[in-house]
Order: sequence, then structure tokens, then C-alpha cells
Amino acid sequence: MSLIEFLSQPWHWSISGAAIVLVMFLLLLFGGEFGVSSNLRTILAMGGAGNHCSFFEYDWKKQLWNLVFISGAVVGGYIAVTILASPEPVQISMATQTHLSSIGIQVPQTIAEGRGFVPAEIFSPENMWSFKNILLLIGGGFLVGFGTRYAGGCTSGHAISGLSNLQIPSLIAVIGFFIGGLLMAWILLPALLKF
Amino acid sequence: MKLLKYFMIGILFGIIMTKSEAVSWFRIQEMFRFESFHMYGIIGTAVILGAILFTILKRTQTKTIEGAPLKIQAKDMSIPRYLIGGTIFGLGWAMTGACPGPMFTLLGQGVWAILLVIGSAILGTYVYGLVRERLPH
Repeated sequence: MSLIEFLSQPWHWSISGAAIVLVMFLLLLFGGEFGVSSNLRTILAMGGAGNHCSFFEYDWKKQLWNLVFISGAVVGGYIAVTILASPEPVQISMATQTHLSSIGIQVPQTIAEGRGFVPAEIFSPENMWSFKNILLLIGGGFLVGFGTRYAGGCTSGHAISGLSNLQIPSLIAVIGFFIGGLLMAWILLPALLKF
Repeated sequence: MKLLKYFMIGILFGIIMTKSEAVSWFRIQEMFRFESFHMYGIIGTAVILGAILFTILKRTQTKTIEGAPLKIQAKDMSIPRYLIGGTIFGLGWAMTGACPGPMFTLLGQGVWAILLVIGSAILGTYVYGLVRERLPH
């Protein structure tokens, strides 16, 4: 088996977890830190939002490294689905498949049906423009952007960096992530999709 | 040149987000429904190894390659800020199946619908900036 073939298989969760820590370590070593959502604020500061809102008035050039980092992630995403593409879609548990199918979302069973990253019923170019899907994508994105800045971080900053550094504020934030996530996954999203 | 290394780490990060399947909307639903260990395994491993890493870095007083102290800061204590902000974030995370890292990774995969998510996430951050003085922190 070649190295490319080896890396192209879906990674075990322990390997993935360790690899994320490597990224966090490298960022710290080079003088940065692991926190992706700051980029959303930096993009606004760069675009001149600081002219009428002091929250965006800071030296965004000092955060340029983070924007470069996240641009790299775009390229990484491309490489991972081309050179390192998995031979099969994501293997989702039967219980989740049954639940999703009951609210109109099918989990891809073959790579021809999809990689198993996003549901075609919501994200495909043909389906994304329906009223319901625009509401889901734009409403969801808005909540992520508003919530992450309010909480001072997202999964990388709080759930990984913050919990690793034994920060109680991050624990509270992660509890919040789950209150919101559970409410959405169990009640609101099924209601929205069935609507 | 200084920025090139961040670009390389970013590429690595995008590959990890994809190969770990953390970019999968389906994996996020599965996680919030407690129907698979996968995402808990990833985050759990990262937190345990990360805690060991932070302990070593602090004990050895490791510096950045330029000799500055590492950016490991304690966060200011508050409850409403993290709890309310976190809950709003969690609602959006389960709705779109993407937190900020995976959003940018999915863009590289050609999932164009994610542009709507990224655009509205930037808008959400902007609106937070406008109203933050009136929110409990």
C-alpha cells in the first residue's frame, strides 16, 4: 500500500485528535494560537468595519497569520478530496441514518451518491436556493458568527485550546454548545425539516 | 516567507478536518444525538493530549521560535457570556453542521452553499459587534 493510499483511508479518531494537537502546538510555537473564529472578526476589521464600530477597530495586520492559516485550510480541504479522497463515504451510525431518513435526509451509501460530508437535500446547487434551505444556511451561519464572538471562541478556541488549558470559562462555553446543539438536533431541526 | 509556514499548517489543518470527518454535517448530527463515539473520540483525544502538552510547555517555559512567551492566556471569568454565547453557537453548529474551521475547509471542497454560511457568519459577528454593549457579559 502506498503512502497516499494509506493516508486516503478515513482516519481513526485517535489519530485525528493527535493531529489537531500537532496543529495547535505548531501555531503556538510560531507565535500564533489555535482559534479559527477570530478570522471572522479580522475579515470585518480588514473590510473597514472599524470606521463605524469600535469592536472592529484594531490592528488587523497582527492577525494576518490567522487568515493565511485559514486560507491554507481551504487548500487542505481541496487536497483531501482530490489526492487524498476516501474510497467510500463517511460511515454514519444506523440510528442516525434512520432518524435523518425520517426527516427527509438520506445518508450517502456509495461514493457516487456523495462523500457523506453535507446532505444534498440542503447543500446541493439544485436544492440550496429553496426558501427553507436558505433559511437554514443563512440562519445557522448567523447564529455561529454571533454566538462564537459572544462566547469568545468556537470549537478550536474553547473545546480544544480552552479545555486543554483547563479553563472553566471554556467548559461553560462547551456546556452552552451542547445546550444549543441538543436543542437543534433533537427538536428544532427535525421540526424545520419536516415543515 | 514568515506567513508561508502558517499557510502550510493551514493545509495540514484542512486535511485533518476532512480526513477526521469533522467537516461532516452527518457526524455533527450523530454527535449531538449521542449515536456514535467518533466526534467524542477526536475531541477527547485532543483535549487529553492538549492538556499534557500545555503542562509540559508551561513547565519547560517553552518560547516561540522568536523567543517570545507562548500565547497561552487565561480567559476572563463570566457565566452569562459563555453560556448564552455558547448556546447560540451550538444552535448554529447543529443547524449548519459546520463550525468555523470546517466552513473554510468545505469551501475548498467545492461545497458552494457554504459561502452563504460563511457570509452570514461574518454578518453575525458584525451584528454582535454592534449590539455587544447591550448584552450581558
